[in-house]
Amino acid sequence: MAKVIVVTSGKGGVGKTTTTAALGAALAQTGQKVAVVDFDVGLRNLDLVMGAERRVVFDIVNVIQGVAKLSQALIRDKRLETLWLLPASQTRDKDSLTENGVASVIREMRGKFDWVICDSPAGIERGATLAMRYADAAVVVTNPEISSVRDSDRIIGLLDSKTEKAERGQRIEKSILITRFDPQRATRGEMLNIDDVINILSTPLLGIVPESEEVLHASNVGCPVTLNNPTCAPARAYYDAAARLRGEDVPMNIPSDRKGLLDKLFGRRAA
Amino acid sequence: MSVFDRFRPRSTAVVARERLQILLSHERVAGGQSDLIALLREEILLAVAKHVLIERDKIHVSMERGESVSSLEINIEIPHSPDMPMAAGF
Repeated sequence: MAKVIVVTSGKGGVGKTTTTAALGAALAQTGQKVAVVDFDVGLRNLDLVMGAERRVVFDIVNVIQGVAKLSQALIRDKRLETLWLLPASQTRDKDSLTENGVASVIREMRGKFDWVICDSPAGIERGATLAMRYADAAVVVTNPEISSVRDSDRIIGLLDSKTEKAERGQRIEKSILITRFDPQRATRGEMLNIDDVINILSTPLLGIVPESEEVLHASNVGCPVTLNNPTCAPARAYYDAAARLRGEDVPMNIPSDRKGLLDKLFGRRAA
Repeated sequence: MSVFDRFRPRSTAVVARERLQILLSHERVAGGQSDLIALLREEILLAVAKHVLIERDKIHVSMERGESVSSLEINIEIPHSPDMPMAAGF
């Protein structure tokens, strides 16, 4: 039975799709079967970040409407044979996602995969609430910046009230993944620091992904950052986060790529 | 970071530009009219279904959208059943 994880944030542009692709690839590299699911109907992008945009035939709406079987809509990754993508539709309107439809797709996927990672659209509308609806756990992607933290707080409220688990009186596991973190700017007091974000949201930390040009390189070429350059700082942060999702106890630190003398002296002090 | 890394952003940006150009050229066409690939897929399947009983799970469709050429690959398992040599519909 799969563990279903929603990658969500409220705010757009914080790194949900990058995170879904990076964590999905990192988990699939352990040999477990992973499906990444795009819930952003009308504005899909996970296919592009995964480099599968030219191979999309069917999508999640086709599966919900019975036009295609789940097995026909899943696209197998060309690099990792245990990684699959279920794309969102690009043309249909977002109301074509129905609660019962999503429930049945997720139910079927639970039996076929070890991990199902749902990439939520931004906002708190239907797509976002359906992406989180059947999740066992949530990764709340947050930038150390006030509007992102505020939106994350709002999303945490929804996770605790609008998910199936919450409605049954169970607890949905939640954790914060801080992305685009710049240790130097945090040290200089220009950016909220990690402790502030965690205290304000009173939710455990899954990982800290540093701001890095490597994320842009990876999306340019359509490859999860964890596969494109596994040793770069953001990839290492995502590998650590994936290990924590699997229940491993990994010490929390902020990976760095910087090797200059000044950075050696000051760069790692920022945690 | 080596001196050569300076050239990397430009090269991945070129890859990004080319991927987007191909993708958008397909999506702009699809936005205006019905998706040609989807139309071909359905019509081919209907034509096959007129002559043999095919199961939806035994059909594998894949495609690759290219800059000048796209390919649509439809793989249909056609059962050899003595009782039902021919049937219509799905």
